[in-house]
Formats: sequence, structure tokens, C-alpha cells
Amino acid sequence: MEQRYYQKDIETMPVEDIKKLQSEKLVKQVKHVWDNVPYYRHLMEEKGVTPDDIHGIEDLHKLPFLTKADLRDAYPYGLLAKPLKDCVRIQSTSGTTGRRVVAFYTQHDIDLWEDCCARAIVAAGGTDEDVVQVAYGYGLFTGGPGLNGGSHKVGCLTLPMSSGFTDRQIQFMQDLSATILCCTPSYAAYIGETLKEQGITPDQIPLKAGIFGAEAWTQEMRENIEKTLGIKAYDIYGLTETSGPGVAFECSEQTGMHINEDHFLAEIIDPDTGEVLPEGAKGELVFTSLDKEAFPLLRYRTRDICVLSRKPCSCGRTLIKMAKPMGRSDDMLIIRGVNVFPSQIETVLLKEGYEPNYQIVVDRVGNNDTFDVNVEMTADMLSDTVSGITEREKALAEAMKVMLGINPKVHLVAPKSIVRSEGKAVRVIDKRKLYG
Amino acid sequence: MSLKQVTVFVENTQGSLVNITETLAQNNVNLRALSIADTLEFGLLRLIVNDNDAAAKALTDKGYILKITEVVGVKIGDQPGKLSKALAVLAEAGVNVEYLYAFMARTEKHAYVVLRPTDNAAAENALEAAGFHLITDADVDKL
Repeated sequence: MEQRYYQKDIETMPVEDIKKLQSEKLVKQVKHVWDNVPYYRHLMEEKGVTPDDIHGIEDLHKLPFLTKADLRDAYPYGLLAKPLKDCVRIQSTSGTTGRRVVAFYTQHDIDLWEDCCARAIVAAGGTDEDVVQVAYGYGLFTGGPGLNGGSHKVGCLTLPMSSGFTDRQIQFMQDLSATILCCTPSYAAYIGETLKEQGITPDQIPLKAGIFGAEAWTQEMRENIEKTLGIKAYDIYGLTETSGPGVAFECSEQTGMHINEDHFLAEIIDPDTGEVLPEGAKGELVFTSLDKEAFPLLRYRTRDICVLSRKPCSCGRTLIKMAKPMGRSDDMLIIRGVNVFPSQIETVLLKEGYEPNYQIVVDRVGNNDTFDVNVEMTADMLSDTVSGITEREKALAEAMKVMLGINPKVHLVAPKSIVRSEGKAVRVIDKRKLYG
Repeated sequence: MSLKQVTVFVENTQGSLVNITETLAQNNVNLRALSIADTLEFGLLRLIVNDNDAAAKALTDKGYILKITEVVGVKIGDQPGKLSKALAVLAEAGVNVEYLYAFMARTEKHAYVVLRPTDNAAAENALEAAGFHLITDADVDKL
């Protein structure tokens, strides 16, 4: 297969040159942050580091880490490195009160992000003759806007469908001959099932590729999607904090995602000690932005457990590859594409007058996540009627929906009935085999 | 005028009922009437007992959660149509019934119905005005 690139000079640049480019950009980025972000400057000062200590990527380890907690503390403007008048966009993480992350973009940042997405589309075989159906959510969520912009850059005819309205998705897919589908893997699987139900076979739709991300998915799920949609399914990685999807993308080899290293410098660290691990070691993925203007993040801990590899790739790209994330180093769950922390459930329970005795059960039925929360009943909340208890469950589910942005099914259960292992309650049972 | 009911939250698991009845027996609590409302996930065991305080203490000590609620107890002649008459009185008074269950006395030729109306006072007034005899905790002791 003939290989095409969106920015060939970067994507196939010799590794030594990429490292040199990264070093030059890092020095500038650190200076930019030092000059404009007092929050991070303070962290650097605490560590006794100044921009004068950073001469290249070999000095990266001297810089302090940033975590989601920092982003929360600094909300909303604390990590902003440009005046608001220079910013043109914000995007935000999915609906989590108190944990929301807001990222700012200048036009330069948007261009950089869209270039990254364009590289992903071209790597999936996209050209200006393709019709790209973007069925990621649009709005604050980065999925829709990111792939939409990338699709424009490649020159594809772009269908900004957003997610949902599956019948309409299928109608447009058929009537307008969409060739590339971009959405979450679970939605792709759902579209595949719906096609099957409607008696539409893969050869009746012109789709040839899909770019799927924003949640963990297994090789098994990939094979299932490829079969039901008759396409090649490509993985894409990103997070709002670093811009959105496109931080890394899969090529025809489908053995990991090339990191757009000219914009994002990746490290693997030991999540417990913070020590930098050598290439090939399993640990927590950390990203440093290299040329962001509005929202540059240095050494941002993603909490994704991952492995990096510089093995030469058959696609010709020299960009370092990251494996599919293998787990998390915190307790964050991603349910239906939404970030959920068990502590948020606890907050709701305390606020609603319950004891913090709960258990989250997540499963995947078909290709959709189920989200159940078992909560121990208290004497105060007991009712002598079944309808009284069902109402309590509904009210609690509603309060959790307000906090999380997604709807759980709440079950009030008997006191002490939630399994405790070695005296410690098991807060999360995730039956999905996400990292298989 | 008051009849108290003990409602216990029970899991739908094997042995959960026998644990409750044994706890009550060990504490000399006598059961007069009971009913169970069950869903797929949980059950509500509603009890009329001779000693509410003893029952509540014994079960709470065992880790059960319970609620004591006031219900309405009506004495009904043991003849066809008597319960209907009582329910008709309530319907006329605009009182809904959330649930009900019945029990027989050992000696008298009477049945007793435990009602959980939406409005206890309205139900009691309507039933008494229609000539029904209501029972209280004190009566339960003697049955």
C-alpha cells in the first residue's frame, strides 16, 4: 500500500532531528510558561529550577509535574499563558462538576491541533476525495471539533453529524457515501449493530475506515467493528488537557499510535516515585506540550499506564509509538466516554444524606457501558412503601447525573451488604475487559 | 388512636427472613401480622408485633434497619363484603391505600385489616364515622 502523509517532513523526520527540534521548542515553551504562568513558575521555584536550567529534552526531568488536581486548583485561568483577547476557543472535559478542566486555544493552537487530527485522517487513508462523517459529540467535548478541523485541513467533505440520531447517521452514511467514520468505538459498534438490524450489509455502504477514540477498547472490539462495518478501524488518542484527539494516532500497521512528537513530548514515569523510566518500560504516560500558546502544560501526568516504542514502523513514520493504554494509575473510570471519579459519587451521597457506603458496577452489555451504583440504605432513608424507596433511588440517580453528566442506575441495598475485602470496601467493580 | 408497624428492609437473599423471625423469637416478641412487599432487589417486611420497642431494639442490634410507622387497624366482621365496605368508605373520603394486609384473631369471629392510607387521620375519621371499630397497639396486645 502506498503511504501518504499529511506533513511528511515531520512524520518521517530522522529521530535525531526530531529530538533536536523538540529540544529547541522545549526551551522556548518553558520560557513562555515561566514568563506567563505564575502558578507553574511557583512550582518551578519550589523545585529550584529556572528556564536557565533547561537546555534541551535531556533536562525535562528537572521540571515539576502537573496533575489534574493542579488544573482544578488553577481553574479557570490559572494556567492560561496568553491574554484572553488572544484566545479564540475553549474546550472542556465532559460534564464533571468540580473536576471540569477548561482548555484555552489561540488560533495557532487550533491550527496545531487540527494538523494533528489531519495526520490521523491521512494515516487512515484519507484524501481530499473522502467524505468524513464526524459522529463524535460537538460542543465543549474535543472529539467533534478536533476531527472536524482535521477533516477540513485534509480537504475532505465533512459531515458534522455529532453523536446520536443513529437512523439519520445511517441515512447520511448511505445517501452521501461517507467513506471515513469518526466517533467513539462504542458508538461505532452501535452503528454496526443497527446496520445489521436494518438488514444492511457492509458491502452496501461505502465506508472504508474509521477513526475511533476517547475511550478504551479492546482488540476484540476492533475486530468486531471492522467486521460489522466492513472497514479498517484506527485508534486515536488525546485528552482535553493537551488539546484533544490527535496527540497520537494509528497508522496502517495498527500496532500502536504514533505520537505527534513535534508538538507533544512523551515520557513514561513510575507513577509512585515519579522517576523517568527507559523506553519500553511500562509506566504512567506524561506529556509536555512543545508549542502551545494559550494552554501549555509541562509534564502533565495523564494517569494512563502505557509503553513507548521507537521500533521502526512499516508505514515509514519515525514518530515514537505509544501502546494502547493498559490501565490507569488513579481510580478514574471512563464510562460512556465520560470521566467518573468514585469520590464524586461519595460527594453526592453525603450531600443527599446517605452514608458513603457504595459500590460502582460497570459492565459492557453488547457494546454499551452499563453504570450501576449500589448504595447502602440507611434508617433515615427507609420508607415502608416500595414506591417510596424507588423514588429515593430516582432522586439519587438524578443528583448523580447532575454531578457526573451521565445517568447511573441506583440500587438501595441492605446495610453491610456491599462486599468488603480485608475490611476495606470494594468501591469499583469494572467487569468490562477494556485493556485485554 | 394509633397502631404501629415495624418495617424492616430485607435483602432478597436466602435466610434473610428466618434470621429476622429468629431474632424476634429470641427476644420474646410475638408476631400478630406480617406482610412482605418484594421487588427484584429488596423486600420490605412489615410487622405488627406485641412489643414494638423490643422488636426495634433486637433488630437494630443485629444491624437491620427499620422504620416504625403509624398505620390504621380496622376490625372487620368475618363476612363477605365487609372489607369492600371499609374500602368504599375510604374511596368516598378521597383517601388512597398504599397497601393493606389482614389477619384473624385467635378467639373472636373477626378479621383485622392493617391499612396504610395516604392520610391516616382522614382514613380514621371516615372509618369511625361509618361505624368501624379501629384497633390500637393496646388492642393488639390482647388479641
